[in-house]
Amino acid sequence: MTMIREFGKALQGLWSLAIGLGVTFRAFVRPQVTVHYPRATVDDANLRTYHGHVELTGKDDAPEIPKCISCGMCAMNCPSACLTVVKQKAPKPTPEQKKAMEEAEARGEKVKKPSAPKNPASFTYDFSLCSLCGTCVESCPADSLRFSNEIYQAGFDRKDFQFDLLARLRSQAEGLSGASPKPVHKTDDDPDNRPDLKTDSKTDPKTEKVEK
Amino acid sequence: MPLELFTIFLALALLAGFVGLNGLVLVYLERKVAGHIQRRPGPFEVGPHGLLQPLADALKLVGKQLITPRGADKWLFWTAPIISFAPVFVLFLPIPFGPFLTAMELDLGLLLILAFAGINVLALCLAGWSSENKWSLLGAARAVAQSVAYEIPLLLAVLAIAFQYGSLNLSTIVSGQGAWPWQWNIMVQPVAFFIYFVCALAETNRAPFDLPEAESELTAGFHTEYSGMGFGIFFLAEYANMIVVCAVATALFLGGWNGPAAPGVWWFLAKVYLLLLVMMWFRWTYPRVRFDQLLNLSWKWLLPLALINLVVTLVLVKL
Repeated sequence: MTMIREFGKALQGLWSLAIGLGVTFRAFVRPQVTVHYPRATVDDANLRTYHGHVELTGKDDAPEIPKCISCGMCAMNCPSACLTVVKQKAPKPTPEQKKAMEEAEARGEKVKKPSAPKNPASFTYDFSLCSLCGTCVESCPADSLRFSNEIYQAGFDRKDFQFDLLARLRSQAEGLSGASPKPVHKTDDDPDNRPDLKTDSKTDPKTEKVEK
Repeated sequence: MPLELFTIFLALALLAGFVGLNGLVLVYLERKVAGHIQRRPGPFEVGPHGLLQPLADALKLVGKQLITPRGADKWLFWTAPIISFAPVFVLFLPIPFGPFLTAMELDLGLLLILAFAGINVLALCLAGWSSENKWSLLGAARAVAQSVAYEIPLLLAVLAIAFQYGSLNLSTIVSGQGAWPWQWNIMVQPVAFFIYFVCALAETNRAPFDLPEAESELTAGFHTEYSGMGFGIFFLAEYANMIVVCAVATALFLGGWNGPAAPGVWWFLAKVYLLLLVMMWFRWTYPRVRFDQLLNLSWKWLLPLALINLVVTLVLVKL
Protein backbone atom coordinates (compact mmCIF):
# COMPACT_ATOMS: atom_id res chain seq x y z
CA MET A 1 0.00 0.00 0.00
CA THR A 2 2.82 2.36 0.92
CA MET A 3 4.42 1.74 -2.43
CA ILE A 4 1.23 2.54 -4.32
CA ARG A 5 0.90 5.72 -2.29
CA GLU A 6 4.51 6.63 -3.13
CA PHE A 7 3.83 6.09 -6.83
CA GLY A 8 0.72 8.22 -6.58
CA LYS A 9 2.68 11.00 -4.94
CA ALA A 10 5.37 10.80 -7.60
CA LEU A 11 2.82 11.01 -10.40
CA GLN A 12 1.17 13.94 -8.68
CA GLY A 13 4.58 15.62 -8.45
CA LEU A 14 5.26 15.03 -12.13
CA TRP A 15 1.89 16.52 -13.02
CA SER A 16 2.63 19.60 -10.92
CA LEU A 17 5.92 19.99 -12.83
CA ALA A 18 3.99 19.96 -16.09
CA ILE A 19 1.61 22.60 -14.74
CA GLY A 20 4.59 24.75 -13.78
CA LEU A 21 5.93 24.52 -17.32
CA GLY A 22 2.54 25.61 -18.61
CA VAL A 23 2.54 28.67 -16.36
CA THR A 24 5.96 29.83 -17.55
CA PHE A 25 5.14 29.09 -21.19
CA ARG A 26 2.03 31.22 -20.99
CA ALA A 27 4.12 34.03 -19.47
CA PHE A 28 6.66 33.58 -22.28
CA VAL A 29 4.14 34.21 -25.04
CA ARG A 30 2.33 37.05 -23.30
CA PRO A 31 3.30 40.68 -23.98
CA GLN A 32 5.91 42.30 -21.80
CA VAL A 33 4.95 44.41 -18.82
CA THR A 34 8.27 46.25 -18.55
CA VAL A 35 8.13 49.79 -19.91
CA HIS A 36 10.98 50.68 -22.26
CA TYR A 37 11.82 53.91 -20.46
CA PRO A 38 12.78 56.52 -21.73
CA ARG A 39 11.32 55.53 -25.11
CA ALA A 40 7.95 54.95 -23.46
CA THR A 41 6.37 56.13 -20.22
CA VAL A 42 4.22 54.35 -17.66
CA ASP A 43 0.49 54.57 -18.35
CA ASP A 44 -1.95 56.07 -15.84
CA ALA A 45 -3.43 52.76 -14.70
CA ASN A 46 -0.04 51.50 -13.58
CA LEU A 47 0.98 54.86 -12.21
CA ARG A 48 -2.01 54.92 -9.87
CA THR A 49 -0.85 51.78 -8.07
CA TYR A 50 2.69 53.05 -7.59
CA HIS A 51 3.76 54.10 -4.11
CA GLY A 52 6.36 56.81 -4.44
CA HIS A 53 7.59 59.20 -1.79
CA VAL A 54 5.32 60.78 0.81
CA GLU A 55 3.43 63.98 0.00
CA LEU A 56 0.90 66.26 1.65
CA THR A 57 -2.77 66.39 0.73
CA GLY A 58 -4.58 69.70 0.55
CA LYS A 59 -7.88 70.75 2.06
CA ASP A 60 -10.93 70.13 -0.09
CA ASP A 61 -11.86 73.80 -0.27
CA ALA A 62 -8.27 75.10 -0.41
CA PRO A 63 -6.01 72.62 -2.15
CA GLU A 64 -2.88 74.73 -1.59
CA ILE A 65 -3.24 74.50 2.22
CA PRO A 66 -2.45 71.10 3.75
CA LYS A 67 -4.88 69.28 6.03
CA CYS A 68 -1.92 69.01 8.39
CA ILE A 69 -2.47 70.27 11.95
CA SER A 70 1.26 70.36 12.83
CA CYS A 71 0.81 67.78 15.58
CA GLY A 72 4.14 66.19 14.69
CA MET A 73 2.86 62.61 14.99
CA CYS A 74 4.43 61.76 11.63
CA ALA A 75 7.86 63.10 12.59
CA MET A 76 7.63 61.42 15.99
CA ASN A 77 6.72 58.00 14.56
CA CYS A 78 9.14 58.11 11.64
CA PRO A 79 11.82 55.43 12.20
CA SER A 80 14.28 57.13 9.86
CA ALA A 81 13.75 60.70 11.05
CA CYS A 82 13.19 61.99 7.56
CA LEU A 83 10.31 64.37 8.30
CA THR A 84 10.66 67.81 9.86
CA VAL A 85 7.50 69.70 10.79
CA VAL A 86 7.77 73.28 11.94
CA LYS A 87 4.76 74.74 13.78
CA GLN A 88 3.55 78.27 13.22
CA LYS A 89 3.67 80.67 16.17
CA ALA A 90 0.81 82.89 17.20
CA PRO A 91 1.00 86.30 15.53
CA LYS A 92 2.29 89.05 17.80
CA PRO A 93 -0.48 91.55 18.68
CA THR A 94 -0.08 95.08 17.43
CA PRO A 95 0.58 97.78 20.11
CA GLU A 96 -3.09 98.83 19.97
CA GLN A 97 -4.30 95.25 20.43
CA LYS A 98 -1.82 94.75 23.23
CA LYS A 99 -3.06 97.86 24.98
CA ALA A 100 -6.69 96.81 24.56
CA MET A 101 -5.89 93.38 25.99
CA GLU A 102 -4.11 94.83 28.99
CA GLU A 103 -7.05 97.12 29.66
CA ALA A 104 -9.47 94.26 29.43
CA GLU A 105 -7.32 92.17 31.79
CA ALA A 106 -7.27 95.08 34.24
CA ARG A 107 -11.08 95.14 34.13
CA GLY A 108 -11.06 91.48 35.09
CA GLU A 109 -12.40 90.26 31.74
CA LYS A 110 -11.22 87.01 30.17
CA VAL A 111 -8.89 87.89 27.30
CA LYS A 112 -8.67 85.67 24.28
CA LYS A 113 -5.10 85.75 22.96
CA PRO A 114 -4.60 85.31 19.19
CA SER A 115 -3.96 81.62 18.52
CA ALA A 116 -1.44 80.13 16.09
CA PRO A 117 -2.75 78.85 12.75
CA LYS A 118 -2.80 75.04 12.74
CA ASN A 119 -1.16 74.41 9.39
CA PRO A 120 2.63 74.09 9.53
CA ALA A 121 5.15 76.82 8.83
CA SER A 122 7.33 74.37 6.99
CA PHE A 123 7.18 70.66 6.22
CA THR A 124 10.37 69.15 4.86
CA TYR A 125 11.05 65.59 3.86
CA ASP A 126 14.32 63.81 3.09
CA PHE A 127 13.50 61.05 0.61
CA SER A 128 17.10 59.83 0.71
CA LEU A 129 16.51 58.64 4.29
CA CYS A 130 12.94 57.40 3.89
CA SER A 131 12.29 53.65 3.91
CA LEU A 132 8.71 54.10 2.64
CA CYS A 133 7.35 52.18 5.64
CA GLY A 134 4.21 54.33 5.64
CA THR A 135 4.10 54.76 9.42
CA CYS A 136 3.69 58.51 8.93
CA VAL A 137 0.73 57.97 6.60
CA GLU A 138 -0.90 55.62 9.12
CA SER A 139 -0.27 57.76 12.16
CA CYS A 140 -1.46 61.06 10.66
CA PRO A 141 -4.70 61.99 12.52
CA ALA A 142 -5.68 64.58 9.91
CA ASP A 143 -5.27 62.29 6.89
CA SER A 144 -2.82 64.79 5.50
CA LEU A 145 -0.13 62.41 4.20
CA ARG A 146 -0.24 59.96 1.32
CA PHE A 147 2.10 58.24 -1.08
CA SER A 148 2.66 60.12 -4.31
CA ASN A 149 2.87 58.30 -7.61
CA GLU A 150 5.95 60.16 -8.67
CA ILE A 151 7.86 57.50 -10.60
CA TYR A 152 10.51 59.31 -12.64
CA GLN A 153 13.02 60.42 -10.08
CA ALA A 154 16.72 60.70 -10.61
CA GLY A 155 19.35 63.04 -9.34
CA PHE A 156 23.07 63.64 -9.05
CA ASP A 157 23.01 64.82 -5.46
CA ARG A 158 21.40 63.74 -2.20
CA LYS A 159 20.00 67.26 -1.94
CA ASP A 160 17.90 66.51 -5.02
CA PHE A 161 15.80 64.27 -2.79
CA GLN A 162 15.12 66.75 -0.01
CA PHE A 163 11.66 68.12 -0.63
CA ASP A 164 9.73 71.05 0.73
CA LEU A 165 6.34 69.38 0.77
CA LEU A 166 4.45 72.66 1.31
CA ALA A 167 5.98 74.12 -1.84
CA ARG A 168 5.18 70.89 -3.64
CA LEU A 169 1.55 71.05 -2.53
CA ARG A 170 1.30 74.67 -3.65
CA SER A 171 2.67 73.90 -7.08
CA GLN A 172 0.34 70.90 -7.34
CA ALA A 173 -2.63 73.07 -6.42
CA GLU A 174 -1.67 75.56 -9.14
CA GLY A 175 -1.51 72.80 -11.70
CA LEU A 176 -4.66 71.04 -10.55
CA SER A 177 -7.49 73.41 -11.56
CA GLY A 178 -9.89 70.63 -10.67
CA ALA A 179 -10.30 67.66 -8.37
CA SER A 180 -7.83 65.29 -10.03
CA PRO A 181 -5.70 63.70 -7.31
CA LYS A 182 -2.78 63.03 -9.66
CA PRO A 183 0.32 64.98 -8.69
CA VAL A 184 1.94 67.18 -11.27
CA HIS A 185 5.26 65.90 -12.45
CA LYS A 186 7.91 68.49 -11.65
CA THR A 187 11.35 68.58 -13.15
CA ASP A 188 14.50 68.91 -11.09
CA ASP A 189 15.01 72.41 -12.42
CA ASP A 190 11.80 73.60 -10.87
CA PRO A 191 12.68 75.92 -7.99
CA ASP A 192 9.64 74.65 -6.06
CA ASN A 193 11.02 71.17 -6.09
CA ARG A 194 14.50 72.14 -4.98
CA PRO A 195 14.07 74.17 -1.84
CA ASP A 196 17.00 75.57 0.00
CA LEU A 197 16.37 73.76 3.25
CA LYS A 198 19.13 75.39 5.22
CA THR A 199 17.19 78.60 5.53
CA ASP A 200 13.92 76.96 6.55
CA SER A 201 13.47 77.48 10.24
CA LYS A 202 16.33 79.86 10.83
CA THR A 203 15.00 82.73 8.75
CA ASP A 204 11.64 82.73 10.47
CA PRO A 205 12.01 83.44 14.20
CA LYS A 206 8.31 82.87 14.79
CA THR A 207 8.56 79.15 14.38
CA GLU A 208 9.03 76.19 16.64
CA LYS A 209 10.62 73.01 15.37
CA VAL A 210 9.06 69.61 15.95
CA GLU A 211 11.47 66.84 15.19
CA LYS A 212 12.03 63.36 16.37
CA MET B 1 52.53 14.94 -42.52
CA PRO B 2 52.53 18.74 -42.30
CA LEU B 3 49.23 18.77 -44.18
CA GLU B 4 47.70 16.40 -41.65
CA LEU B 5 49.00 18.54 -38.81
CA PHE B 6 47.56 21.59 -40.51
CA THR B 7 44.12 19.98 -40.81
CA ILE B 8 44.21 18.99 -37.15
CA PHE B 9 45.00 22.54 -36.12
CA LEU B 10 42.34 23.90 -38.46
CA ALA B 11 39.78 21.49 -37.02
CA LEU B 12 40.71 22.46 -33.46
CA ALA B 13 40.47 26.16 -34.28
CA LEU B 14 37.08 25.64 -35.93
CA LEU B 15 35.89 23.68 -32.92
CA ALA B 16 37.08 26.39 -30.52
CA GLY B 17 35.29 28.96 -32.69
CA PHE B 18 32.12 26.86 -32.71
CA VAL B 19 32.18 26.48 -28.92
CA GLY B 20 32.91 30.18 -28.37
CA LEU B 21 30.23 31.32 -30.79
CA ASN B 22 27.72 28.93 -29.27
CA GLY B 23 28.64 30.26 -25.83
CA LEU B 24 27.79 33.79 -26.94
CA VAL B 25 24.55 32.72 -28.63
CA LEU B 26 23.46 30.63 -25.64
CA VAL B 27 24.21 33.37 -23.11
CA TYR B 28 22.10 35.75 -25.20
CA LEU B 29 19.31 33.19 -25.61
CA GLU B 30 19.35 32.31 -21.93
CA ARG B 31 18.91 35.93 -20.92
CA LYS B 32 16.22 36.53 -23.53
CA VAL B 33 14.29 33.41 -22.47
CA ALA B 34 14.60 34.47 -18.81
CA GLY B 35 13.40 37.93 -19.74
CA HIS B 36 10.38 36.79 -21.70
CA ILE B 37 9.33 34.27 -19.06
CA GLN B 38 9.45 37.12 -16.53
CA ARG B 39 7.63 39.35 -19.06
CA ARG B 40 10.49 41.81 -19.51
CA PRO B 41 12.64 42.44 -22.61
CA GLY B 42 15.96 40.96 -21.45
CA PRO B 43 19.13 42.64 -22.77
CA PHE B 44 17.96 45.50 -24.95
CA GLU B 45 20.36 48.43 -24.96
CA VAL B 46 23.67 47.23 -26.49
CA GLY B 47 23.08 46.69 -30.19
CA PRO B 48 19.67 46.03 -31.78
CA HIS B 49 17.64 44.05 -29.23
CA GLY B 50 20.78 43.72 -27.11
CA LEU B 51 22.51 41.51 -29.68
CA LEU B 52 25.95 42.85 -28.82
CA GLN B 53 25.46 42.42 -25.07
CA PRO B 54 27.13 38.98 -24.80
CA LEU B 55 30.08 40.30 -26.80
CA ALA B 56 30.41 43.26 -24.43
CA ASP B 57 30.17 40.90 -21.45
CA ALA B 58 32.85 38.64 -22.92
CA LEU B 59 35.17 41.61 -23.50
CA LYS B 60 34.64 42.73 -19.93
CA LEU B 61 35.33 39.23 -18.65
CA VAL B 62 38.55 38.96 -20.67
CA GLY B 63 39.74 42.34 -19.42
CA LYS B 64 39.38 41.53 -15.75
CA GLN B 65 42.32 40.89 -13.45
CA LEU B 66 42.99 37.29 -12.47
CA ILE B 67 43.24 37.01 -8.70
CA THR B 68 44.57 34.01 -6.79
CA PRO B 69 43.17 33.96 -3.24
CA ARG B 70 45.67 33.89 -0.36
CA GLY B 71 46.24 30.36 0.89
CA ALA B 72 44.96 28.77 -2.30
CA ASP B 73 46.89 26.03 -4.03
CA LYS B 74 48.01 28.11 -6.98
CA TRP B 75 48.75 25.29 -9.41
CA LEU B 76 45.58 23.31 -8.79
CA PHE B 77 43.56 26.52 -8.68
CA TRP B 78 44.53 27.51 -12.21
CA THR B 79 44.65 23.98 -13.62
CA ALA B 80 41.01 23.37 -12.69
CA PRO B 81 39.42 25.62 -15.37
CA ILE B 82 41.75 24.18 -17.99
CA ILE B 83 40.82 20.62 -16.99
CA SER B 84 37.19 21.65 -17.13
CA PHE B 85 37.47 22.93 -20.68
CA ALA B 86 40.03 20.54 -22.25
CA PRO B 87 37.72 17.49 -22.60
CA VAL B 88 35.28 19.57 -24.67
CA PHE B 89 37.54 19.09 -27.70
CA VAL B 90 37.35 15.30 -27.31
CA LEU B 91 33.62 15.32 -26.60
CA PHE B 92 32.84 16.87 -29.98
CA LEU B 93 34.90 14.30 -31.95
CA PRO B 94 32.38 11.46 -32.31
CA ILE B 95 29.23 13.59 -32.60
CA PRO B 96 27.55 12.99 -35.98
CA PHE B 97 26.42 16.47 -37.03
CA GLY B 98 25.48 15.31 -40.52
CA PRO B 99 25.72 12.25 -42.74
CA PHE B 100 29.20 13.36 -43.83
CA LEU B 101 30.06 15.67 -40.97
CA THR B 102 31.58 13.65 -38.17
CA ALA B 103 35.03 14.61 -36.95
CA MET B 104 35.99 11.01 -36.20
CA GLU B 105 33.99 7.87 -36.92
CA LEU B 106 34.51 5.80 -33.80
CA ASP B 107 32.99 2.45 -32.95
CA LEU B 108 33.26 3.43 -29.31
CA GLY B 109 32.01 7.00 -29.79
CA LEU B 110 29.37 6.86 -27.09
CA LEU B 111 31.81 5.35 -24.62
CA LEU B 112 34.36 8.08 -25.40
CA ILE B 113 31.83 10.81 -24.65
CA LEU B 114 30.67 9.20 -21.42
CA ALA B 115 34.24 8.65 -20.25
CA PHE B 116 35.49 12.14 -20.97
CA ALA B 117 32.33 13.88 -19.72
CA GLY B 118 33.23 12.65 -16.24
CA ILE B 119 36.44 14.70 -16.22
CA ASN B 120 34.45 17.86 -15.62
CA VAL B 121 33.65 16.64 -12.11
CA LEU B 122 37.35 16.33 -11.38
CA ALA B 123 37.78 19.96 -12.45
CA LEU B 124 34.97 21.14 -10.16
CA CYS B 125 36.41 19.06 -7.32
CA LEU B 126 39.90 20.56 -7.81
CA ALA B 127 38.51 24.08 -8.12
CA GLY B 128 36.55 23.77 -4.89
CA TRP B 129 39.37 22.07 -3.01
CA SER B 130 42.14 24.45 -4.04
CA SER B 131 40.16 27.66 -3.42
CA GLU B 132 40.69 27.54 0.37
CA ASN B 133 37.10 28.52 0.88
CA LYS B 134 34.30 26.70 2.70
CA TRP B 135 31.65 27.47 0.11
CA SER B 136 33.81 26.33 -2.75
CA LEU B 137 34.61 23.13 -0.90
CA LEU B 138 30.93 22.47 -0.22
CA GLY B 139 30.21 23.11 -3.89
CA ALA B 140 32.88 20.61 -4.87
CA ALA B 141 31.53 18.02 -2.45
CA ARG B 142 28.05 18.45 -3.85
CA ALA B 143 29.36 18.23 -7.41
CA VAL B 144 30.99 14.88 -6.72
CA ALA B 145 27.97 13.42 -4.92
CA GLN B 146 25.64 14.65 -7.65
CA SER B 147 27.78 13.38 -10.48
CA VAL B 148 28.25 9.94 -8.94
CA ALA B 149 24.51 9.69 -8.33
CA TYR B 150 23.38 10.72 -11.79
CA GLU B 151 26.00 9.08 -13.96
CA ILE B 152 24.67 5.60 -13.20
CA PRO B 153 21.05 6.04 -14.38
CA LEU B 154 22.39 8.01 -17.34
CA LEU B 155 24.65 5.15 -18.35
CA LEU B 156 21.85 2.63 -17.92
CA ALA B 157 19.49 4.72 -20.07
CA VAL B 158 22.10 5.04 -22.81
CA LEU B 159 22.94 1.36 -22.52
CA ALA B 160 19.35 0.44 -23.41
CA ILE B 161 19.77 2.22 -26.76
CA ALA B 162 23.20 0.67 -27.30
CA PHE B 163 21.73 -2.82 -26.72
CA GLN B 164 18.90 -2.11 -29.09
CA TYR B 165 21.31 -1.31 -31.91
CA GLY B 166 24.19 -3.54 -30.81
CA SER B 167 26.56 -0.63 -31.35
CA LEU B 168 28.25 2.25 -29.55
CA ASN B 169 28.77 4.11 -32.80
CA LEU B 170 26.60 7.23 -32.82
CA SER B 171 26.38 7.36 -36.63
CA THR B 172 25.05 3.80 -36.72
CA ILE B 173 22.42 4.65 -34.14
CA VAL B 174 21.34 7.74 -36.10
CA SER B 175 21.19 5.79 -39.38
CA GLY B 176 18.94 3.24 -37.71
CA GLN B 177 16.24 5.85 -37.13
CA GLY B 178 13.81 7.06 -39.78
CA ALA B 179 12.97 10.50 -41.08
CA TRP B 180 9.64 10.96 -39.31
CA PRO B 181 9.22 11.63 -35.58
CA TRP B 182 7.37 8.33 -34.97
CA GLN B 183 10.41 6.48 -36.29
CA TRP B 184 12.72 8.01 -33.71
CA ASN B 185 13.93 6.30 -30.57
CA ILE B 186 12.02 8.66 -28.31
CA MET B 187 8.87 6.75 -29.39
CA VAL B 188 10.43 3.35 -28.71
CA GLN B 189 12.25 4.35 -25.53
CA PRO B 190 10.37 7.25 -23.89
CA VAL B 191 11.41 6.21 -20.38
CA ALA B 192 15.07 6.09 -21.39
CA PHE B 193 14.77 9.56 -22.91
CA PHE B 194 13.14 10.90 -19.74
CA ILE B 195 15.86 9.41 -17.55
CA TYR B 196 18.59 10.59 -19.89
CA PHE B 197 17.30 14.16 -20.00
CA VAL B 198 16.90 14.47 -16.22
CA CYS B 199 20.38 13.03 -15.70
CA ALA B 200 21.80 15.31 -18.39
CA LEU B 201 20.38 18.33 -16.56
CA ALA B 202 22.02 17.13 -13.37
CA GLU B 203 25.33 16.26 -15.06
CA THR B 204 25.62 19.71 -16.59
CA ASN B 205 24.71 21.34 -13.24
CA ARG B 206 21.70 23.06 -14.75
CA ALA B 207 18.75 24.22 -12.67
CA PRO B 208 16.92 22.67 -10.87
CA PHE B 209 20.07 20.65 -10.16
CA ASP B 210 22.52 23.55 -9.91
CA LEU B 211 23.63 22.64 -6.40
CA PRO B 212 27.41 22.77 -6.96
CA GLU B 213 26.97 26.41 -7.94
CA ALA B 214 23.93 27.38 -5.79
CA GLU B 215 24.67 31.09 -5.92
CA SER B 216 22.10 31.88 -3.24
CA GLU B 217 23.49 29.44 -0.66
CA LEU B 218 27.15 29.03 -1.61
CA THR B 219 27.58 32.49 -3.19
CA ALA B 220 28.70 30.71 -6.39
CA GLY B 221 29.90 27.35 -5.13
CA PHE B 222 33.04 25.91 -6.64
CA HIS B 223 33.84 29.05 -8.64
CA THR B 224 33.33 31.61 -5.86
CA GLU B 225 37.00 32.60 -5.92
CA TYR B 226 37.49 32.70 -9.70
CA SER B 227 37.74 36.07 -11.38
CA GLY B 228 37.72 37.10 -15.02
CA MET B 229 38.38 34.36 -17.50
CA GLY B 230 38.97 31.78 -14.73
CA PHE B 231 35.25 31.96 -14.20
CA GLY B 232 34.68 32.55 -17.92
CA ILE B 233 36.23 29.21 -18.87
CA PHE B 234 34.06 27.31 -16.39
CA PHE B 235 31.10 29.14 -17.83
CA LEU B 236 32.06 28.31 -21.40
CA ALA B 237 32.70 24.67 -20.45
CA GLU B 238 29.23 24.47 -18.92
CA TYR B 239 27.64 25.70 -22.13
CA ALA B 240 29.83 23.41 -24.24
CA ASN B 241 28.76 20.47 -22.07
CA MET B 242 25.13 21.46 -22.51
CA ILE B 243 25.58 21.32 -26.27
CA VAL B 244 27.27 17.92 -26.00
CA VAL B 245 24.52 16.34 -23.88
CA CYS B 246 21.84 17.77 -26.16
CA ALA B 247 23.73 16.57 -29.24
CA VAL B 248 23.98 13.07 -27.79
CA ALA B 249 20.27 13.16 -26.91
CA THR B 250 19.51 14.23 -30.48
CA ALA B 251 21.61 11.43 -31.94
CA LEU B 252 20.27 8.75 -29.60
CA PHE B 253 16.61 9.69 -29.30
CA LEU B 254 15.58 12.31 -31.85
CA GLY B 255 16.83 10.86 -35.11
CA GLY B 256 19.98 12.98 -35.39
CA TRP B 257 20.36 14.54 -38.81
CA ASN B 258 17.24 12.78 -40.13
CA GLY B 259 14.24 14.96 -40.86
CA PRO B 260 11.04 14.79 -42.86
CA ALA B 261 12.69 16.70 -45.70
CA ALA B 262 16.30 17.23 -46.78
CA PRO B 263 18.29 15.42 -44.09
CA GLY B 264 21.33 17.35 -43.04
CA VAL B 265 23.23 19.20 -40.39
CA TRP B 266 20.44 21.80 -40.00
CA TRP B 267 18.04 19.20 -38.62
CA PHE B 268 20.67 18.18 -36.10
CA LEU B 269 21.35 21.75 -34.98
CA ALA B 270 17.63 22.57 -34.85
CA LYS B 271 16.97 19.61 -32.56
CA VAL B 272 19.98 20.44 -30.37
CA TYR B 273 18.79 24.02 -29.98
CA LEU B 274 15.25 22.87 -29.26
CA LEU B 275 16.56 20.74 -26.38
CA LEU B 276 18.72 23.64 -25.16
CA LEU B 277 15.66 25.87 -25.13
CA VAL B 278 13.78 23.25 -23.10
CA MET B 279 16.69 23.22 -20.64
CA MET B 280 16.43 27.01 -20.32
CA TRP B 281 12.66 26.76 -19.96
CA PHE B 282 13.21 24.31 -17.07
CA ARG B 283 15.75 26.61 -15.47
CA TRP B 284 13.36 29.53 -15.27
CA THR B 285 10.44 27.35 -14.12
CA TYR B 286 11.72 25.09 -11.37
CA PRO B 287 13.19 26.04 -8.02
CA ARG B 288 16.44 24.39 -6.96
CA VAL B 289 16.00 20.95 -5.36
CA ARG B 290 17.25 20.26 -1.84
CA PHE B 291 20.26 18.00 -1.56
CA ASP B 292 18.36 15.05 -0.07
CA GLN B 293 15.70 15.42 -2.79
CA LEU B 294 18.45 15.37 -5.40
CA LEU B 295 19.92 12.13 -4.08
CA ASN B 296 16.53 10.53 -3.43
CA LEU B 297 15.40 11.24 -6.98
CA SER B 298 18.45 9.54 -8.40
CA TRP B 299 18.83 6.55 -6.12
CA LYS B 300 15.18 5.83 -5.33
CA TRP B 301 13.52 6.61 -8.65
CA LEU B 302 15.78 7.01 -11.65
CA LEU B 303 18.11 4.09 -10.90
CA PRO B 304 15.37 1.44 -10.44
CA LEU B 305 13.45 2.88 -13.37
CA ALA B 306 16.55 2.72 -15.58
CA LEU B 307 17.23 -0.87 -14.49
CA ILE B 308 13.67 -1.96 -15.26
CA ASN B 309 13.85 -0.19 -18.61
CA LEU B 310 17.12 -1.95 -19.39
CA VAL B 311 15.77 -5.40 -18.48
CA VAL B 312 12.61 -4.86 -20.53
CA THR B 313 14.73 -3.73 -23.49
CA LEU B 314 16.94 -6.81 -23.18
CA VAL B 315 13.99 -9.15 -23.11
CA LEU B 316 12.40 -7.44 -26.12
CA VAL B 317 15.67 -7.47 -28.06
CA LYS B 318 16.18 -11.18 -27.40
CA LEU B 319 12.61 -12.16 -28.26
